[in-house]
Amino acid sequence: MSASEVVAPSRGPAIRLANIVKRFAEVTAVDHLDLEVPAGACFGLLGPNGAGKSTTMRMLTGQAVANSGEVEVLGYRLPGESKLARARTGVCPQESNLDIDLTVREVLEVFARLCRVSAGRLGAAVEDALRLAGLKERADHRTASLSGGMQRRLLIARALIHQPELVLLDEPTVGLDPQVRQEIWALIVALRERGHTVLMSTHYIEEAERLADNVAIMSHGRVVAEGSPADLVRVHAGREVLDVYGSRQALAELESRAKSDGLTTRRSGPALTVLHADGLDTRFDGGRRRPATLEDVFVLLTGEYVE
Amino acid sequence: MRLELVNPRRIEAAAVGAVMVREWTVFTRFWRTRTFSAVVEPVVMLLAFGFGFGKLVSTVAGIPYLQFVGTGIVATAVLFSAVFSAMFDSLYKRRYQRVYDAMLATPVDVDEIVTGEMLFLGIRAGVYGVAPLLVAFAFGLPPAPAMVLVPVVGVLTGIGFAGLGMLFAALATTFDGLSYVISGVVTPLFLLAGSFFPLTRMPEWLRIAAYGNPLFHCVELVRDCAFGLHAGADLVHGGALALFALIAWRLAIWRTRARLIA
Repeated sequence: MSASEVVAPSRGPAIRLANIVKRFAEVTAVDHLDLEVPAGACFGLLGPNGAGKSTTMRMLTGQAVANSGEVEVLGYRLPGESKLARARTGVCPQESNLDIDLTVREVLEVFARLCRVSAGRLGAAVEDALRLAGLKERADHRTASLSGGMQRRLLIARALIHQPELVLLDEPTVGLDPQVRQEIWALIVALRERGHTVLMSTHYIEEAERLADNVAIMSHGRVVAEGSPADLVRVHAGREVLDVYGSRQALAELESRAKSDGLTTRRSGPALTVLHADGLDTRFDGGRRRPATLEDVFVLLTGEYVE
Repeated sequence: MRLELVNPRRIEAAAVGAVMVREWTVFTRFWRTRTFSAVVEPVVMLLAFGFGFGKLVSTVAGIPYLQFVGTGIVATAVLFSAVFSAMFDSLYKRRYQRVYDAMLATPVDVDEIVTGEMLFLGIRAGVYGVAPLLVAFAFGLPPAPAMVLVPVVGVLTGIGFAGLGMLFAALATTFDGLSYVISGVVTPLFLLAGSFFPLTRMPEWLRIAAYGNPLFHCVELVRDCAFGLHAGADLVHGGALALFALIAWRLAIWRTRARLIA
């Protein structure tokens, strides 16, 4: 199968996590997590640092084992059948774990073998991956000589070397400059169009909003909201919000008034944001109205400021 | 990919082979430096001891001292090549390069990573172990038919010491921690193997302790390959090396899994 062919989605959910608890000593990283990722979807796991996203991703490859609950990937029960699931899954880690002493081509060849690509298909698989990563010109350069963006493209191409049905992208654009981020986004869009199921963890709101069909917002190891970005915004923040700037005392008074009126607010730096501001009466004049965003929902639900 | 080829419940040759291919690919990048240190160090030792002590001790048990040391240092070459690479490379791959994390995201399990790396290092150590023997030939060691078994003995010993090295790498958290292993484990094993001097003159408790040293069994086997096999004793030596490799393999898998799978 070439990299440009369409992957038939699996029947049923690609990922099912039921009541997962994962502790590291005294710290509960994942706390009764329930999550279902439909086959063929691009699903965003959005949450602040420390929300449990990376631990959740590691549980999907059997590299972390839940203390309790059920993990199912592509119909296989983990950790027992993790190897079978991994044979149909590609993983792009948050931090580069490339073999820095090898060339780009060697990295892809080694991974093709690790992923059991047949000897007859190996050469074509490597060429496809080089094309996908846009690294044909750098094929014989050591990976250590690649820029951060190139390394990330190579990590994604490496994850796709065996044409997996499911692709796990752990913070795929963290630490990259905006231009490179756009390139990676284009790659992720291409994956979705080809029919791969994509689970992407991120703490970038814009990334989740632009790429994901559905988003689960995680906080303190749990999913606190789930749905399409548009639905999440509509349900939790409404059509419009109102940003009001003023003295600390004025904002405190406004917050109290909003609460007594049953309105939801959130602090956003020097301002107070009133959610569901569509149709607010004139008592709240003086603020700046703007369309509600996923960021409003994220901050409301996680209590975290965004980058 | 052909899923019927993936068996989650056993160590698969394809996965082990892929791990070994990775090792080979990295080795092709560094083979000059690795081979230089693995071959030159024991050869320098052989020449230094052979010509140094050789002036004081002409023969040991009827064997010219240079030939005695030449056959003994085969084990040293195997030990150093296997255990140091296993310790340092494995710790580096786990803690700093996170190569194992990358591999564990593919259909490869911890047992297959450990097995593949042990086999590769064992085979490489077996090849390097031949170098002192070749030098000893140049200094008069008569070739014997059973010497063709020396690389086999080297590989078996090397596999065990690669496992021991991986075990210590899994127990360590920093490179500094491995200093304890070098001084407290590797050096005593290396000195108490009978490579440089016969253990027959040592106190009885040390002679008994030497039986617990896998390197001693390697030295005895190599010498017997060179100067005459003793079926019963050599079977014991071979069995001891096989048992050592088996125990080191299982322990290395156990501790490496504990490090990699949280």
